[in-house]
Amino acid sequence: MAEPLLSVRDLVVEFPTRRGTLRALDKVSFDIQEGEVLGMVGESGAGKSITGAAIIGLIEPPGRIAGGEIWLRGQRIDNLAPEALRRIRGKRIGMVFQDPLTSLNPLYTVAQQLIETIRTHMDVSEKEARARAVALLDRVGIPAAARRIDDYPHHFSGGMRQRVVIALALAAEPELVIADEPTTALDVSVQAQIIDVLKEICAERGAAVMLITHDMGVIAETADRVAVLYAGRLAEIGPVREVITAAEHPYTQGLMGSIPTLTQTSDRLVQIPGSMPRLNAIPPGCAFNPRCPKVFDRCRVDRPEPLDRGDRRQVACWLYDVVKQEAGNV
Amino acid sequence: MSDVLLKVEGLTRYFDVSKPWLNRVIEREEKQFLTATADVNFEIKRGETFALVGESGSGKSTIAKMIVGLLEPSAGKIIFDGQEMNFASGAAMRTLRRRFQMIFQDPFASLNPRWRVGDIIAEPIRTFGLAKGAEVTREVGRLLDTVGLSAADAGKFPHEFSGGQRQRIAIARALSSKPEFIVCDEPTSALDVSVQAQILNLMRDLQDEFGLTYLLISHDLSVVRHMSNRIGVLYLGRLVEVAEGKRLFTDPKHPYSRMLLDAVPDLALSGRRRRQVEGEIPNPISPPSGCTFHPRCPHAFDRCKREIPQPVDADGSLTACFAVEEGRI
Repeated sequence: MAEPLLSVRDLVVEFPTRRGTLRALDKVSFDIQEGEVLGMVGESGAGKSITGAAIIGLIEPPGRIAGGEIWLRGQRIDNLAPEALRRIRGKRIGMVFQDPLTSLNPLYTVAQQLIETIRTHMDVSEKEARARAVALLDRVGIPAAARRIDDYPHHFSGGMRQRVVIALALAAEPELVIADEPTTALDVSVQAQIIDVLKEICAERGAAVMLITHDMGVIAETADRVAVLYAGRLAEIGPVREVITAAEHPYTQGLMGSIPTLTQTSDRLVQIPGSMPRLNAIPPGCAFNPRCPKVFDRCRVDRPEPLDRGDRRQVACWLYDVVKQEAGNV
Repeated sequence: MSDVLLKVEGLTRYFDVSKPWLNRVIEREEKQFLTATADVNFEIKRGETFALVGESGSGKSTIAKMIVGLLEPSAGKIIFDGQEMNFASGAAMRTLRRRFQMIFQDPFASLNPRWRVGDIIAEPIRTFGLAKGAEVTREVGRLLDTVGLSAADAGKFPHEFSGGQRQRIAIARALSSKPEFIVCDEPTSALDVSVQAQILNLMRDLQDEFGLTYLLISHDLSVVRHMSNRIGVLYLGRLVEVAEGKRLFTDPKHPYSRMLLDAVPDLALSGRRRRQVEGEIPNPISPPSGCTFHPRCPHAFDRCKREIPQPVDADGSLTACFAVEEGRI
C-alpha cells in the first residue's frame, strides 16, 4: 500500500494536574490515506478533539504530547519547532472548527481574512489573492461572492459563516483538512448542505479529511473509514459500512444500538449501562470492561491492543484474540 | 373527565425587539416585533406523547414556556384539563402548576449548584405541601430510586454527577410534585448517545408507570420518531403539519416536513441520496409574506406569497399548505 498521507503512531497526550497526570489519549494509532475521509467518533471526553489538536500542534499547555509520533507524508511533525509547525498549519493542514462565530475574527471582513491566509502561505499578489478568495467563496456556495466578500462575519447566517470557514480552511490548498464537529452548531437542513460542500470540495482538490463528530449519521454518509474512540483509546477502526452494519467491539455495538433511527419499530433502545469513566478513574485492563456485556477475566487485567481483523480493520477487544487465548489455555 | 388534557388555541407570542426609545426617535424607526409563535393550535390527549419539532428559531421553546406558565401569551388560550390558564391570578396558576412540570435541556444549568440534590428534589414537595418532616426525606429517596440513582445520593451536590445522572435528578424533581403532564424541552440534546438512550428509556418507563403525558420538544427527528404518538412540525412560529408519528415519517405532506425528513443523515446506508435543501430559515423579525416557507419551497406559487395557509385535513394529518389543499402534490 502507498505511504499514508498522515500516520499517527502510539500517540499519547497528557495533561498534568494538581491531582496527577491525566491521559487524554493513550497510544492511539491510525493512518489516513490520500484523499480519504476518516471519521472519528466517540462520546464527549473520548479524545476526538484532542487528536485533531495534537496533529496540528494546538494542544493547550500544560497539556503535551507525551509519546508517539505523527508523520505527514514521511515527515515527522510532532516534534517540529513552533515556527516550522506554523508553516504546516494552514498550508498543509486546514482546520474547520465547530463554532463558525468564534473561528472568524469579527473585526475583519471576510476578504481581509481570506486574503491574509492566502498570502501567508502562497506567493501571490494582493489582487490575485482576492480573485482566488472570490472564487473560493463562490465554490463553497455563497451567493454574490464578489460583493459579499467585503462583509463582516456577523453579516452572514450560521450556515453561511461555516461556508466561509471552509473556504478559509481550503484557502492554501491543504493536503489534509481536520473538521472538528463542523455541523454541530447548525440546523439539520443546513447541516446537509455544509457536509455536501465539504465533501465535494475536498474530493475535487484531493484533500483528505479527518471528520470529528459525535453524529454517526453524518459519518455514515460522509466517511470512507471510521475510528471509534473510547476513554482516549481506539476501540475500533475500519471501513464505515463494516463498522456500522457489523460492529465488532461491544462498545461500538452498544453505541450503534443506542441511536434511535427513523425506521426502527422497537420500543426500547439498546442501552449501555453507566457512562464513560473520567480520565482519572480509568479501570485497569480494557477501559470499557465495567460496562461491557461480554466481559471476562482477562479484560479486567490486560489492556487489549488493536488486533488486525481483515482489510484495514482493527478491533481492540480480547473477544477476537482467539489464537492467543487458546495458546494461554494450553 | 375529558380525553384531552391540554388544548392550545390560537397561541401567539410577540417579543418587542425595538431599539431604545431615543434611537427610534433619532433614526425615525418604527417599533419592531419578533413573532416567536403565531396562531398555534393543538391538542394533547391524556397519556400520549406529543412532540414539537422544528429548527432553531421556530418557536418550540417559546411554546413550552407558555404552557408551563413561564411566559404569558400575547394572544390565545391554553386550556389544561378543561380549565383555562389565567396568567393574571397567581393563586389559580399555583394550583394548576403542581400538575405540570418541566425538564430542561441543559442539566448543568437547571440544577442549583449550591443546593444538595435532596433539597433540589424536595423543593416542589415542600412548596406544594405534599409531605412533612421525615416523610419528605423518604419521598426523595424513593424518587431517586425510581430514576435509577440511590437514596444516598441526596446528600451530594450536582457537580458530583455526570450529565446523564444530572438529567435523572432533573426528572426526579419533575416527578416530585406528582404531575400528570411533563414538558420536556430538548431533554437529551446535551447528552451523548449512549446516555441519551438511557434517559429516553427511563422516560418511557416512567410514562408507563405513572400514566404521564409528555410534550416533547426536540430538533432531533429520530428521537421524536422513537418517543412520540403524534408530532407537530413548526416553521417560523407556525404549525405547518400535525400528524400521527408513523404517518409523518412514512408519508409527510407539507413540503417543509418532507425537506426535514430528507435532511436527516441516513444511518441505514441505504444509499438514499439526500435532496439538497435550498436556503436557511429567514429572519423572524421580517418573515416572508403569505406562507413563510414559500421562498424555500419547491411547490410555491402565487397564492403562497399572498395568503397564509390554514391547516386542512389531508388523509388524517393537518397540513397548512395550499399545494396540498389543492391536491397539487
